[in-house]
Amino acid sequence: MLESKTGINQVTTATQELNCYLEAFSGFEKSAVGNNLPWLRKLRANAFARFCEVGFPTSRTEDWRFTSVSAIAQTQFQLAPKTQRLPDVQALRSYGLTQSICRFVFVDGHFASALSSVGNLPKGVRVGSLADELALNGPALDAHLGHYLDTQRDVFSALNTAFLEDGTFIYIPRGTVVAEPIYLLFVSSEAGVPVMSHPRNLIVAEENSQATIVEDYVSHGTGIAFCNTATELVAGDHAVISHYMIEREHTQAFNISTLLLHQGRASNVASHSVLMGGGLVRNNVHPILAGEGAECLINGLFIGNGRQHLDNYMLVEHASPHCSSRQFYNGILDGHAHGVFHGRIIVHKDAQKTDAKQTNRNLLLSDDAQVDTKPQLEIYADDVKCTHGATIGQMDETALFYLRSRGIDESSARRMLLMAFAGECMERMRAGAARSHVEEIVNAYLSQIVAKSARFSEEVAPVKKSREAVG
Amino acid sequence: MRLLEIKNLHASVGGHEILKGINLSVNAGEVHSIMGPNGSGKSTLAQVLARRESYEVTAGEIIYNGKDLLALKPEEAACEGVFLAFQYPVEVPGISNAYFLRSALNAIRKYHNQDEMDAMDFLPLMREKLKLLDMDEKLMNRSVNEAFSGGEKKRNEILQMAVLQPKLAILDETDSGLDIDALRIVAEGVNALRNPDRAMVVVTHYQRLLNYIVPDFVHVLVEGRIVKSGGRELALELEEKGYAWTESAAPAGAHA
Repeated sequence: MLESKTGINQVTTATQELNCYLEAFSGFEKSAVGNNLPWLRKLRANAFARFCEVGFPTSRTEDWRFTSVSAIAQTQFQLAPKTQRLPDVQALRSYGLTQSICRFVFVDGHFASALSSVGNLPKGVRVGSLADELALNGPALDAHLGHYLDTQRDVFSALNTAFLEDGTFIYIPRGTVVAEPIYLLFVSSEAGVPVMSHPRNLIVAEENSQATIVEDYVSHGTGIAFCNTATELVAGDHAVISHYMIEREHTQAFNISTLLLHQGRASNVASHSVLMGGGLVRNNVHPILAGEGAECLINGLFIGNGRQHLDNYMLVEHASPHCSSRQFYNGILDGHAHGVFHGRIIVHKDAQKTDAKQTNRNLLLSDDAQVDTKPQLEIYADDVKCTHGATIGQMDETALFYLRSRGIDESSARRMLLMAFAGECMERMRAGAARSHVEEIVNAYLSQIVAKSARFSEEVAPVKKSREAVG
Repeated sequence: MRLLEIKNLHASVGGHEILKGINLSVNAGEVHSIMGPNGSGKSTLAQVLARRESYEVTAGEIIYNGKDLLALKPEEAACEGVFLAFQYPVEVPGISNAYFLRSALNAIRKYHNQDEMDAMDFLPLMREKLKLLDMDEKLMNRSVNEAFSGGEKKRNEILQMAVLQPKLAILDETDSGLDIDALRIVAEGVNALRNPDRAMVVVTHYQRLLNYIVPDFVHVLVEGRIVKSGGRELALELEEKGYAWTESAAPAGAHA
C-alpha cells in the first residue's frame, strides 16, 4: 500500500518536473527558426520525445551516481527570452580576450550581433550564428547537425537538441589554418525568473585544417539560470583543433555542457576544460576516435569552493586502430565543494594498438571538500595499452614550509603551490592567446581563493585560542 | 656580538620530547658544529631554529639578533636572516628554480623595504652564484629540486644561501650522500660565505665535512642535550673514539 503510494508520488513529481518543458516546447515548436524544415522538425520532436520518455537522471543512473540534478529538475524554468537590454561592450571587455578578432557573444543563448565581430578570417572560413544558418538551411547542417550527439544515451543532449535554435556555426574548409582563436562568449543575464538556454554549436573542420575555439561561460547579473549547452565538433582527417571550455558563471547557475568530438584519420584534437564557476556543473567530453591514428588530449582543471558541485564526465571511444587518448584532470577543492572525475574509456573490437591513458589528481584544501573519482575501462580489443591512475591529497605541508623558510609568506607560498598544481594543466595547452587567457583567469581566481581562506583563518584563529584557554 | 642564544630549549615532535634542555651561544663570525649520533636531536634543533611549526617548543627560549625567535613565523625568521640548508631539500613540482629563488629574494627585500628585483636584474646575480657552486644554469629552469641528483640538491641549497645572504646559516647534514668532489665544491661555496657578520651552525654526523669547513667550536649532542663542547680537536677525537665515548662522559658535560 505504502509502496504504491510512493510510486504514484514519484510519477506525479516526474510529470510536474517536465511541465515547464512541455509548455516551453509547445511554444518553441511553433515559432522556432527553421520550423519549416521537415528534417529539423523531426530532429527536435524526436529529441523532445526522448527527453520526456527518460526524464532527468537520478543517482541510480550509473553515469550520474555522484551528481544529483534534482535542483535542476525541481526548478520551473522558462526559455530565456531575447533580452532587450544587452550588456554594453565596455562591461564585456572585462571578460578578456579583447584582442581576439573573431568574437561572438551570446546573451541567454541568443546571438548578440551588436556585440560580436567576425574579423578578417581566412578565405572560405565561415563563422556565424546557428539560427542564421538554419534560416538559410545551409548544406553542412543536414550533413552534420545532430549526427554525432547521442540523444539516446544522454538526456541533456536530447533536451538540447529539442530546443536547438541558436549558437555558433563554424565551418573551416580543407587545408585552412585559422591562426587566432575563435572566441565565443556565453553570457547569462539577469532575467528575474529562472531561465534556461540551450546553446548549440556546430564546428565542422575539414581535412587538414587547423583552428582554436574558446567557449567561455559567464554571468552578467544575478539570478537562477540553467545553461544546457552542446557542441558537435567534427574534425576531418589530419585536422588539428584545440577546444577550450571555460565555466565561470556565478554559483546560482546550473551549467551542463557536452562536447562531442568526432575525429577523422590522424586528426589531433585537444579539449581543455576549466571549471571554476557555477553552482552545479557537469562537463561531458565525448571523443569518438573514428579514423585510424587519431589523437586526442582531454585536459581538465576544476577548482571548487563553497558548495559548488563540479562534475567531469568523459566517454572516450576508441573505434579505430592506432589511436591514442590522454586524459589529465587536476582538481582543487576547498570549502564544502564536491568534485567528480568519471572517466570512461571504451575500446571497440577493431581498435587494436589503442594507447589510452587517464590521470586524475586532486588537492583537497579543507576537511569538508570531497572528490569522487572513477575510472571505467571497457576493452573489447586484445592488443591495447590502457592505464589509469588517481590521487587525492592535501597541500604538501613540507613544500609549504620549504617556501616559507626562504622568506615567502604563507599566503604567497600557498598561492604558488596551487598555481603550480593548476599549471600542470596549463602546460598542456599550446602557447598562444587562448592559453594566456586561461592562465590569467585561473591565476586571478586562485589568488582570490587564497586571500579568502587567509582572511578566514585569521578570523577563526582567535576563537580557537579562546576555546583552548577555556579548556 | 652575540647573534644566537639558546637557553634551556625543550622541544617535542608528536608529543615525544626530542630536545631536553639545549644551551648554546653563537657569536657573529663564528662557525659552530653540532655533532651527534642518529636520533640525538640535531635535525630537530635545526628545524626549530627555522621555525617549523610541527616541532613544539615546550620550554626555554631562543634569542636571535636581540629578538625572540620563537615568536617569529618561518618566513619572518627567514627575512630576519635565518637560513636552513635542508638535510632533505624538498621537491616542488611546477615551480621553476629561478622563479622560486627570485620570489624568495624579493620577499626578503620587500621585508627590508628594498625594491624588488625583476628577472633582468636577477640574472647576473644568479649567474655569479651559480659559478661559485659550479652549477649548470639549466637547473634553474627546472622545477625546484625535482629529479635533481643528491649533489645537485645540496648545491642548490647553498646557492639559495649565497643569493639570500643570511645572518645565521644552519647547515643540516649538508655533507650526507655527497662524494668527495661534490663535498669540496659545497664546502668551498660555504667558505666563500664566511664573514665576520655571519654565523654558521653546521650539523653533521661525520667530521669529514669539518676538514673543509673548519669550525671554531664543536658541540656533541646526545639524547637531546649537549654533552660536550670544545674546539676543532673535539671532532677528531670523536671520529677516533666514536659517540659511545661521549655517552659515557655525558653526565659531566651536560651539567657543566
